[in-house]
Amino acid sequence: MMSEITNIKASQLLNYMINLKENLGFTLLLDITAIDNLNKSHPSSTRFELVYILRHSAFEETKVIKVAVEEPEEGVESISSLFSSADWAEREVYDQYGIHFKNHKMLKRLLNHNEFEGHPLRKDYEITKGQYCTTSQSLMDEMHPLLKERNLNLQEDNLMVVNLGPSHPASHGTIRTLAALDGEKIVAASCEIGYLHRGFEKSCENHNYNQIIPYTDRLNYCSAIMNNIAFAKTVEDMMGLTLPERGIFIRIIVGELSRVIDHLVCLAAGLLDMGGQTNYWYLFNPRNNAYDFLSKLTGARLTNSYMRIGGMTHDLYEGWQSDLEDVLTKIDFGITESLKMILHNRIYNERIQDVSPVSAKEAIDYGFTGPNLRASGVAYDLRFAKPYYHYEDFDFKMVVGSVGDTYDRMMVRFDEMHESMKIIKQAIKNIPDGAISVEDKRITMPSKSCVYGGIEGMMNQFKLVIDGVKVPEGEYYGAYEAANGELGFYIVSDGSGTPYKVKVRPPSFYHMSAYPKIIENYQVADAIMTLGSLNIIAGEMDR
Amino acid sequence: MDVSNTHLLDEAVVTTTVDAVVNWGREASLWPFVFGTACCAIEFMATAASRYDISRFGAEVLRFSPRHADLLIVAGTVSYKQAPILKQIYDQMPEPKWVVAVGACASTGGFYDNYTTLQGIDEIIPVDVYVAGCPPRPEAMLDAVLDIQRQLKREAKFEVRNKDFKGKLDDV
Repeated sequence: MMSEITNIKASQLLNYMINLKENLGFTLLLDITAIDNLNKSHPSSTRFELVYILRHSAFEETKVIKVAVEEPEEGVESISSLFSSADWAEREVYDQYGIHFKNHKMLKRLLNHNEFEGHPLRKDYEITKGQYCTTSQSLMDEMHPLLKERNLNLQEDNLMVVNLGPSHPASHGTIRTLAALDGEKIVAASCEIGYLHRGFEKSCENHNYNQIIPYTDRLNYCSAIMNNIAFAKTVEDMMGLTLPERGIFIRIIVGELSRVIDHLVCLAAGLLDMGGQTNYWYLFNPRNNAYDFLSKLTGARLTNSYMRIGGMTHDLYEGWQSDLEDVLTKIDFGITESLKMILHNRIYNERIQDVSPVSAKEAIDYGFTGPNLRASGVAYDLRFAKPYYHYEDFDFKMVVGSVGDTYDRMMVRFDEMHESMKIIKQAIKNIPDGAISVEDKRITMPSKSCVYGGIEGMMNQFKLVIDGVKVPEGEYYGAYEAANGELGFYIVSDGSGTPYKVKVRPPSFYHMSAYPKIIENYQVADAIMTLGSLNIIAGEMDR
Repeated sequence: MDVSNTHLLDEAVVTTTVDAVVNWGREASLWPFVFGTACCAIEFMATAASRYDISRFGAEVLRFSPRHADLLIVAGTVSYKQAPILKQIYDQMPEPKWVVAVGACASTGGFYDNYTTLQGIDEIIPVDVYVAGCPPRPEAMLDAVLDIQRQLKREAKFEVRNKDFKGKLDDV
């Protein structure tokens, strides 16, 4: 299965997008990326092509649009006036591919540092060519236009500029915010990301499909298995594979457990940021129990690499049910105890209610997905909108908030953990016996006894390790409801065992792009809580 | 008290060197600064939480100001973009100071052998202990703290360590 692609001319781009948004209802811009056709065996007319991925307001349909770029320096028209999410997305394309966007307000590097030369995702940029950075940028080039827009002046209005991060415990390690303050109120803010840019997409172009699985672990390291599943599922969809029933059930169980772990970390850290240390212990300890289960199953606590294209490494171990049920009981206890302390706690409620609300319309404009979008009252969850892996057969509810403030974003996560545990319990009851991976010698590794016991098995293993799983030529956008929202992979295959290009559609990236705007008019202390409630995972945001 | 009974002092007084006393004091009161950037930082959170409980080894007073800390724990990938910040933080820490590189990325760049990632933090700052793993288990991080404690017992005198170290970001 491949994505249906609409090709349009660069000159028509803006009008086409206006029509898509206003008349056809494609209101959610998911991602923008580019393809460098330099190494293609059948090159298209131009070296660079831009890819726009949009989702319909009913959330079922996606649309992939391709625009040929004649001259990268001249570029194409920016669509950031139509979609707020295009702002950073276009900056990233400019940074990585050197394609310009006309009329973009602030077209500068986003992920790479300011002393970087060249554009790393171009095919002629060597992967190991690192460039040292000696200084940090002041970010005032972004702050001055922001202040001008608001008719403010640093001296006359007696504003103070405060730098937060990147190395700050409440900035979660790698996020930098520059805020202009009037008293304690933030009047303008801008963010710098890219401190954890690890070149995921360039690495993908140098590894075969199964070798990419460990890299996906480290995108959202709080729920590594969900990234594994999202990537494997996208490749399997491209190849038209269907997993055996037991494999699907295992993916549901470990996937939902990862969702619970991710939310536990988000809430524990968020509550710790506001001084609720006891909540941190209550939520973090059962997480350790969940990791005990995962390390018994996969051999690793955090970065599991449990999935493979066409299935997973091995089956569940004997006695897993009782272990998992025990973990669920402990998680349930932790959540209950934590809720007891905060649910009717005035400090908790008054501190975060009505802080940084995001309306439904704004949330979609910013490209929000997942719990952050649902907190704003938008009932969008891929497990409901476009069910995969038999999610339609499970009895669980979609958790939706009302005003989209920090309180809603946190409480949606609390409730989602209960729903995920409901799914796991049903899956434990109904999991069938049988194979876990597809039975195809071109995809799944042979058993070790075959490899050591016969020439056929050995050759089979050799071919799979050296050449990898071959994916038919084409382009496909696959999406998966991960803990933070819609995690998508846009894969371009040239028919070999190594992808020609992989682009991640990271939910955190778009949540972060809205952050400087939604913290405006709130205090610095509120901004810390807002950042915690958005659950920005730097690995996924910066890739 | 009858001071003429000097044999009583033999039981109450221990003679030692100043170094040994100071190092004994330092050993159980390491104040770490966690430079957490990625996956390893999440595992460090687990190390500090109640099950693994880093306070058993006297290193639970996490300082988020480098000027208060004497143990720099670099947990996670350090990119070229992040490097000058790490260097600045290291320079801000008062002597004596120790550095732990947690995990494959901080130690060597790990499997991120590409255009973004610093190939080990020892290119810019001196490192005392390397911890293997991707990410290392909390036990391994505790072991690193113990290792630092063993090392600092052998410190001879009050002197600035690593004076001769020259990193890639020095003098640029």
